[in-house]
Amino acid sequence: MVKAGNALKKLYIGLIIFFLYAPILVLLVLSFNKSRFRNHWGGFTLEWYRSLFSNDEVMSALWTTLLIALIAAFLASVIGTAAAFAINKMKKVPKAMFLGITNIPMLNADIVTAISLMLLFMALGFSFGFFSVLLAHITFSIPYVVLSVLPKLSQMSRSNYEAALDLGATPFQAFRKVVFPEILPGVLSGFMLAFTMSLDDFIITWFTTSPDIHTLSTVIYAMQRRGIHPEIYALSSLMFIVIVILLILCGRTQNKIQKK
Amino acid sequence: MKNKKKAFWNQALLSGPYLLWMGLFILIPLFIVLYYGLTDGSGAFTLENVKKISEPIYMRSLLLSLKLSLYSTLICLLIAYPLAMVLRSLHLKNQNLIVMVFILPMWINFLLRTIAWLTILENNGVLNSFLRLLGFQGLSIINTPAAIVVGMVYDFLPFMILPVYNSLAKIDDNLVAASKDLGANSLQTFRRVILPLSLPGIISGITMVFIPSLTTFAISQILGGGKQNLIGNFIEQQFLLYYDWNAGSGLSLVLMIFILISMAFVAKFDKKQEGTNLW
Repeated sequence: MVKAGNALKKLYIGLIIFFLYAPILVLLVLSFNKSRFRNHWGGFTLEWYRSLFSNDEVMSALWTTLLIALIAAFLASVIGTAAAFAINKMKKVPKAMFLGITNIPMLNADIVTAISLMLLFMALGFSFGFFSVLLAHITFSIPYVVLSVLPKLSQMSRSNYEAALDLGATPFQAFRKVVFPEILPGVLSGFMLAFTMSLDDFIITWFTTSPDIHTLSTVIYAMQRRGIHPEIYALSSLMFIVIVILLILCGRTQNKIQKK
Repeated sequence: MKNKKKAFWNQALLSGPYLLWMGLFILIPLFIVLYYGLTDGSGAFTLENVKKISEPIYMRSLLLSLKLSLYSTLICLLIAYPLAMVLRSLHLKNQNLIVMVFILPMWINFLLRTIAWLTILENNGVLNSFLRLLGFQGLSIINTPAAIVVGMVYDFLPFMILPVYNSLAKIDDNLVAASKDLGANSLQTFRRVILPLSLPGIISGITMVFIPSLTTFAISQILGGGKQNLIGNFIEQQFLLYYDWNAGSGLSLVLMIFILISMAFVAKFDKKQEGTNLW
């Protein structure tokens, strides 16, 4: 009875995982498809993996996407972590106000955030392009960092920091050796969340970019009607494989560290 | 006294950039939307833009958006809650791993994954080929509201799984054991102990699926083949096709009423300000 229950549980998990990964499997298959058409199998080829690197439209969109995600996640981590320190020490009312503001972009619809930023940039006479997209991405990334760092700060006891000071550390040393290692996991997960959200964003980029600056999302959306270049399938398959390998490596080193 | 002053400046220095940034890029832009939504082309006050929603074409799309996003939220909850219960019952040592498995698909562009669903759901697609192989009749769901719901459930399911799982994983096993010791049966334990303790996760999951479903335009564009217009599609068209920012802002204000309702809903249940519980 228990065994049957366990098998059923695993079957259920397996089904959901299949549901989540089925489209990725489809993309993987399409990357080897000789036919340029999504709904027609024309035989096996590695052609798209070769031509990917000479497809300027796709490659420049890839670099733009990665660059924006990296810079946005980094700057959001700096601004957000500093803000988290301040919010952590606030009294009840200002704290609630700050958290309220932090929650706005997270709970608001992307399309509203997108049009509001578009109208702001227009009102300021800003030219649309790389920089406007970057500003927009930093904006929606900051709350993820604040909300990841804040719990680490409130868990941390103040006495460790004070003990370090008593033992002769300067405030900066105490911060670097005591406080920073404690909150680092929060900062890192905030950074990763911000990076992921930036990488996957389409709506906000769509409204704040110019026709000549493309991220992968906007390139794909623009291609969608006239047919996706198969190089995109090759690129996404490569990205997926790289990410899986990185995760496995990370998991292994983590296990090793834990064993020690 | 001097210390207090120093602490104040420290606070200001740390929170200043954040406050400036959020003020300029979050608060002011929302007021600009409000301004455009409530004025006409010449800047005079009007309610015409907001009233546009009562035109049948917009009203129909708003009702369709509400219906489909309610369906997708409900389906996500019905899939995710049992899944989270099962994951909790396995008592995994490596919880990060399981979280990773559900986040990993998000690193492949969501538009591309949605387009992959086209290949699966099409009339001659993967699903129908498979059904025909088994001797069933093919389904024609592409370009229908059902296809859009599939896309929504697919794209937003991780946003339901993660907060629900996080809140369930936090529940102490001793609480469950205590409830049973005190004579509650499984159903009672679930209703009186597990369900209330997982409520914050459920609430944040619901809003994180409902709002993006309600306001999407890409999923309906791709899987609805342009035949099913959601309210998001009309807002996008007003801005990027007709350049009518007043009308677009007016429709967005209507949408924001629903967003505000769901924010109030979150505030009511999430008293501990735990945020979205995503990670």
